[in-house]
Amino acid sequence: MGKTLNIAPVSRIEGHASVSIHLNDTGNVEDAKLHVLSLRGFEKFVVGRPVEEVPRIVNRICGICPWQHHLASNKAADECLGVQLPPTGKKLRELCQMLSYIPDKILHFYFLAAPDFVIGPDADYSVRNVVGIVGANPDLAKKVVHMRYKSQMMLEKFAGKVIHPIAAVPGGFSKPMNEDERKELLEGIQELKDFCVFTIKFAREEVFPKYLDAVKILGVFPSGYIGTVRPEDGALELYDGELRLMDQNGDFDQFKYSEYTNYIGEHVEPWSYLKFPYAKKWGNLKLDENDPVGVYRSNCLARINVCDKMATPLAQEELDIFRKEFGRPSHLTLLYHWARLIELVQCCERAEELLNDPEITNREIRDPNIEPKAGEGVGCVEAPRGTLMHHYQTDDKGQVTMANLIVGTTHNNAPMNLSVKQAAKALIKDGNYDQGMLNRIEMAIRAYDP
Amino acid sequence: MSKVTVAEEWLNACSGCEIAILNVGDILVDLLVNNLDFVHIPVIMDHKYFGQTGEDKELNIPEAVVGIVSGSVRNEEHVEVLKEMRKKCQLLIALGTCATDGGIPALINMYGNEALTQFVYKDSPTTDPGDAPTEVPPLLDKCYALDEIVDVDIYVPGCPPHPDWITAAVLALLEGKTEFAMPERSVCDECPTIRESKKGAGDIKRLLEAPEYDPDKPLNEMRCLLEQGFLCLGPVTKAGCGGKGKPPRCLQARMPCRGCYGPIRKDAKPLVDYMGALASVGFDPMGMPDRRGYLARFCGAHGMLKKLG
Repeated sequence: MGKTLNIAPVSRIEGHASVSIHLNDTGNVEDAKLHVLSLRGFEKFVVGRPVEEVPRIVNRICGICPWQHHLASNKAADECLGVQLPPTGKKLRELCQMLSYIPDKILHFYFLAAPDFVIGPDADYSVRNVVGIVGANPDLAKKVVHMRYKSQMMLEKFAGKVIHPIAAVPGGFSKPMNEDERKELLEGIQELKDFCVFTIKFAREEVFPKYLDAVKILGVFPSGYIGTVRPEDGALELYDGELRLMDQNGDFDQFKYSEYTNYIGEHVEPWSYLKFPYAKKWGNLKLDENDPVGVYRSNCLARINVCDKMATPLAQEELDIFRKEFGRPSHLTLLYHWARLIELVQCCERAEELLNDPEITNREIRDPNIEPKAGEGVGCVEAPRGTLMHHYQTDDKGQVTMANLIVGTTHNNAPMNLSVKQAAKALIKDGNYDQGMLNRIEMAIRAYDP
Repeated sequence: MSKVTVAEEWLNACSGCEIAILNVGDILVDLLVNNLDFVHIPVIMDHKYFGQTGEDKELNIPEAVVGIVSGSVRNEEHVEVLKEMRKKCQLLIALGTCATDGGIPALINMYGNEALTQFVYKDSPTTDPGDAPTEVPPLLDKCYALDEIVDVDIYVPGCPPHPDWITAAVLALLEGKTEFAMPERSVCDECPTIRESKKGAGDIKRLLEAPEYDPDKPLNEMRCLLEQGFLCLGPVTKAGCGGKGKPPRCLQARMPCRGCYGPIRKDAKPLVDYMGALASVGFDPMGMPDRRGYLARFCGAHGMLKKLG
């Protein structure tokens, strides 16, 4: 008689999921699946809302990356309404995008991922968590808590609200930046940059090397990748650019946001509320970890793979180190953790550039008088968890008639399932399993930061 | 201060409430080490419902003095988890407006499950049409607040709740109190903008227009946004979003309130009450677009938002 292991809830992730592992008569893995168990229905209930209200509704899709939903939604609304932003309005939005990335990445690395690496994947669950980290290294833990808090509060002080923001509006931004605010933010970002550069060096030298064996096998399979690049030079871009969809050999298509429906389809499976996006051109989706078809990944490792270079100098130095060791594209799932920190450095550097830009304190931040109209818009940004797509249509009153959303983690649904299956099959043999092994399977999910 | 056991769960939620908990600031480390003994909290800890190797048949959460639940209740698994939390926790805190009033996800109560799954799994422009998933916890007919399913002891609304209130509630419980309530005041009571109480502001303006203010001057020199003609839900919304004694957060970004702390009192009727507030500044609310989507945006549970037609 076979049996099913029901790992619920998947923990130290940012959403709701469970894993079921089906063992056959001999105790080997027949199948393993990741189930997403909830459907809130944002696509349905933004219909009927005035489009300028939507950016302050859809931010509730995610409490960790509300800024990215807020910004992608504003970009889609800008297009529906046919408005152009003053340059400073766009720069303030991009600055918020950079500032909001910083606490997200600090949180994921130190609070959610590090317990597996610092405390160890086999430790008891009661210590394999952030409290255990505090016990193991109290000074560093205090510093981490302080830096994460500081980065959140910097953004809150400037933009009013950091979780579920309201400061971006169709046509621009709701308030300009004063010189005092600029100076204070610049001082803060310099301190954060130092901490983030410390973090990647610490991870690269003291944390990752111990786990390089695991990195080479856990949850690994070949796939494609999606990310945003700067059109002129292919540099990694987080706020605005063109989409690049790369196959597992490194060949790619590059396209504008509005063309996304030509490249991406979504498949439905009975065992998850979350749909399974796939690359249409590569054939129908095939969820086979040895020979996947249509499967591409999003989030930081994907962006690091698709870009030709980083957009800032210190981040570029880190990319050079990474590529020298792992090549391009790299399919090693646990390298998401490393790629995440390379991007963290770019976020700090880019925020610093924007705060040193004399235009950032200009007073022209918003198209002050927009007429409601019928329209259509696709707004994308890169969210920490992947490429975020908001596609709206509006009627002549400027009220939403259709909303199609593909969010970061949704792109990773098929790949997370393949990583779970691959890890379960590699770890569980002849009926032998324990909580450490099952946690390693969760580690393959955690890498994606879902 | 003593150390108390705490269990935490999120249901139909976004994790913003959990991030707000982390935003209590530098005291977090002390609280984690000295005061709070978490026995179950999926966002940071690996305790599992069905045993650590997933073989038990019954869902189990350890006993705790304090239970914190964020999110609304939308499927059968949420009900099961919520009932287990109620059974195992002496005091149950509803954290955030989803838990207290339904929150943004309760906007779905204007539609039905059929319309929802029809779009998501069939009509969406990127989706290969398929049947709605069946091997998942079935959706409930609506989106519910926690107290429509179980008894709730303490309400800490907010989208998200300000860390000041989370800290205040936790400290009260650590001191052995069993009650905590936020003040029954309105956002306007905490808002420093200038009110001149003149009538005749004309049509209600949408956020396609920018309000008037001097960015070099503080908030207390800006005219009330409602009086400037912008819909602002301050008059009918519970105060506290800026923290204890601080101005409302949306206003700090020069943006009007949309009601994310829910109604001021448990038995309030924001849809009706707001009509009076609008009439008092000379507006006719019946003419505005999407009236329900503004006025009940965060409080669609408790039968407040219903499917029409």
